[in-house]
Amino acid sequence: MANKRIDEPTGIETVGHEWDGIEELNNPLPRWWVISFYLTIIFSIGYIVVYPAIPMLSKATDGLWGWSSRGQLADETARAEAARKPVLDAIAATPVEQIASDPKLLAQAKAGGSAAFKQNCAQCHGSGGKSMPGNGYPNLTDTDWLWGGNVKDIELTLVNGIRSPDHAATRTSLMPSFGKDGILTGAQVNDVAAHVLSLSGKGPANAAGAALFAANCVACHGADGKGLRQFGAPNLTDQVWLYGGEKAQVVASIHKARAGVMPGWSGKLDTATIKMLAVYVHSLGGGEDFTEAAANPPANGTGNAQP
Amino acid sequence: MVLEMLNPDPKPATESLYEKRQAVFPKAVDGRFRRFKWLVMILTLGVYYLTPWLRWDRGPYAPDQAVLVDMANRRFYMFGIEIWPHEFYFVAGMLIMAGIGLFVITSAVGRAWCGYACPQTVWTDLFQHVDRFVDGDRNAQMRLEAAPWGPQKIARRAVKWTIYLAISFWTGGAWIMYFADAPTLTREFWSGEAAGVAYATVGVLTATTFLLGGFMREQVCVYMCPWPRIQTAMLDEKSLIVTYKDWRGEPRGSVKKAEKNPGGVGDCVDCNQCVNVCPTGYDIRNGPDIRCITCALCIDACDSVMAQVGRPRGLIDYATLDDCKIEREGGHARPVTRALFHTRTLVYVGVWSAIGLALLFALGTRTHIDLTVQKDRNPPYTVQPSGEIRNDYTIKLRNMENRPRPMEVSLVGLEQGVMWSDDMPRDQAARSLKFNVDADQTRPQRIYVVAPQGTKETSFTFALRATDAEGGGDTNEVRFDAPGDE
Repeated sequence: MANKRIDEPTGIETVGHEWDGIEELNNPLPRWWVISFYLTIIFSIGYIVVYPAIPMLSKATDGLWGWSSRGQLADETARAEAARKPVLDAIAATPVEQIASDPKLLAQAKAGGSAAFKQNCAQCHGSGGKSMPGNGYPNLTDTDWLWGGNVKDIELTLVNGIRSPDHAATRTSLMPSFGKDGILTGAQVNDVAAHVLSLSGKGPANAAGAALFAANCVACHGADGKGLRQFGAPNLTDQVWLYGGEKAQVVASIHKARAGVMPGWSGKLDTATIKMLAVYVHSLGGGEDFTEAAANPPANGTGNAQP
Repeated sequence: MVLEMLNPDPKPATESLYEKRQAVFPKAVDGRFRRFKWLVMILTLGVYYLTPWLRWDRGPYAPDQAVLVDMANRRFYMFGIEIWPHEFYFVAGMLIMAGIGLFVITSAVGRAWCGYACPQTVWTDLFQHVDRFVDGDRNAQMRLEAAPWGPQKIARRAVKWTIYLAISFWTGGAWIMYFADAPTLTREFWSGEAAGVAYATVGVLTATTFLLGGFMREQVCVYMCPWPRIQTAMLDEKSLIVTYKDWRGEPRGSVKKAEKNPGGVGDCVDCNQCVNVCPTGYDIRNGPDIRCITCALCIDACDSVMAQVGRPRGLIDYATLDDCKIEREGGHARPVTRALFHTRTLVYVGVWSAIGLALLFALGTRTHIDLTVQKDRNPPYTVQPSGEIRNDYTIKLRNMENRPRPMEVSLVGLEQGVMWSDDMPRDQAARSLKFNVDADQTRPQRIYVVAPQGTKETSFTFALRATDAEGGGDTNEVRFDAPGDE
């Protein structure tokens, strides 16, 4: 490039290129910029050596430091779990009925239970614990409990489940399929249903139904129809209907019987999580007092519901 | 060749576009404005350094520091006033008032904030006094600056910068006292027990004070601060500014020249005292400029010179451009009070006072008791075995007094409803519940409300009432959900 020259107005040398009279001034990049640029190159060499960088067939090179995003996540998870460990250990070591006496532990158990509930229980019981009316999953926010509503009963239900095939100590009972198995005729099932509805004031009394009820149902549901908790037999006199309180739904329940299943959670969840779940479910508004329930075993769950 | 005519001496490409700072060595001066500046300096520094040490008795449940920004507990104490986070609009209002206050000051007396009260000005002034104390007045300082580094210069610089550093450290240290109990924090600070953020804050503020007050000085005002730029938009021909009355001063000439040629020479004797005393090194005789922070020290300097040569004072003086015009045309200047009370200033004062009165009114009528209610929306309601309908709420009872207070929450509406809380048995349900709320606390409480079977979806009100002698209360209307007719 022989035609380099000094540009007169600016006093700067041109780079020697010329296109139709347009020339370029030789204004080099600022020194600091160039040095920074070289530094980034040097940095990138070190980066390639110590971090995963070059894509290979199945994965990128490992890098000398062995860092990976998956490993970082594992580290952080482990750290978070280590931070939670003292609390979980304390909860696991405390009998579930005594958690309430430690306000700090109680708050942590409720929070932990709330999270575990959304993960494991909400699929059937709903995210607020209310379930859907009449779908067979009990509402956990009311005071109506099939198997007992103090925190210890709830824990037992959680551990062993209900009619859970994997747990020997599971809560279990079996209602006969009165219609399907031919124990009662269709008309008799209708009569029993009418009597059951009359127990909660939803229909007129039915003498034939009452007699059939006394012969077939009182063993589990009690003579007054208020249920028995050792069989998980629901109270038929209240306004809570697990499978619906319309005549047709009650007839269906008697005809083919109902036997809801809940998995037992021991083996799936750890002790602390189950205790936290028990505490959380107990706190939803229907929990019964533990000592009171122990002093007066199976109450019907409606005893203190009247204002 | 046009370019060459415009710029006959083309700059070499390597020349920096940045102008090197001309060091300023302002001369000591005395006079009415200097004395006023002393007063303002003592007042502002005194307020800044001493306020955290004032005590204010608030009883046993609150700190006894008069002015305290308690970040940890989210409270702002200012003498008898306690601000909670939800009342932050008071602080916002005060900041707006401070902003409009600057407008008022600027509109009435020009850049008085810059000249007298701005921290940059006050600390720079303080550091310049340190310069004079250690190195002597202007000429001695200039000699020392030009002198080569030797034992004496090193010793003087060491002493001066040590004093700078001590002042800076005290400045940074005073700042953190506003955020914690001052005596406790001082003890913790020196025993190494204070929070890391306290040391970091003191470190940063010490460094900035040292740098901005000790070395950057007028460059902050001229190059860094946005306020002078904003102010130039706010000044007009009715604003008081420091002005050199050129029609009286020009042409400049010494006293001797004036004796030789009476009438041919103006009042300015060209002694340069106005430039020598200027803390930003500006020559006011060149007219208004962003470098003039209107500290008025040149007025003091010029007045004393005028007194010596037996001419009337006020060759450099506070004046509005309007007045200058009148005077230049031979009229008499109007009294300064005319400049103070022009329309724009009065409008600003009106706005400022309106906001102030509104804040005072809000402060006077604010309640010290508050109720917030959050309804559970999942589930919206629960049917009880008895058929009753239960709705669940989380209510928060807020006690803003510095003593525990008994309070009562009642149901208004929902005639057949009763309620109980999660820490009491269901059979004690009632239409109103009593709670004790600790001093200066918010008490969250879970509340269950039941209404008989058949109740329809409706609204009702939680009413909170303090049951002590002082009373007061709050209400909160909420929804009561019930099964529909599906």
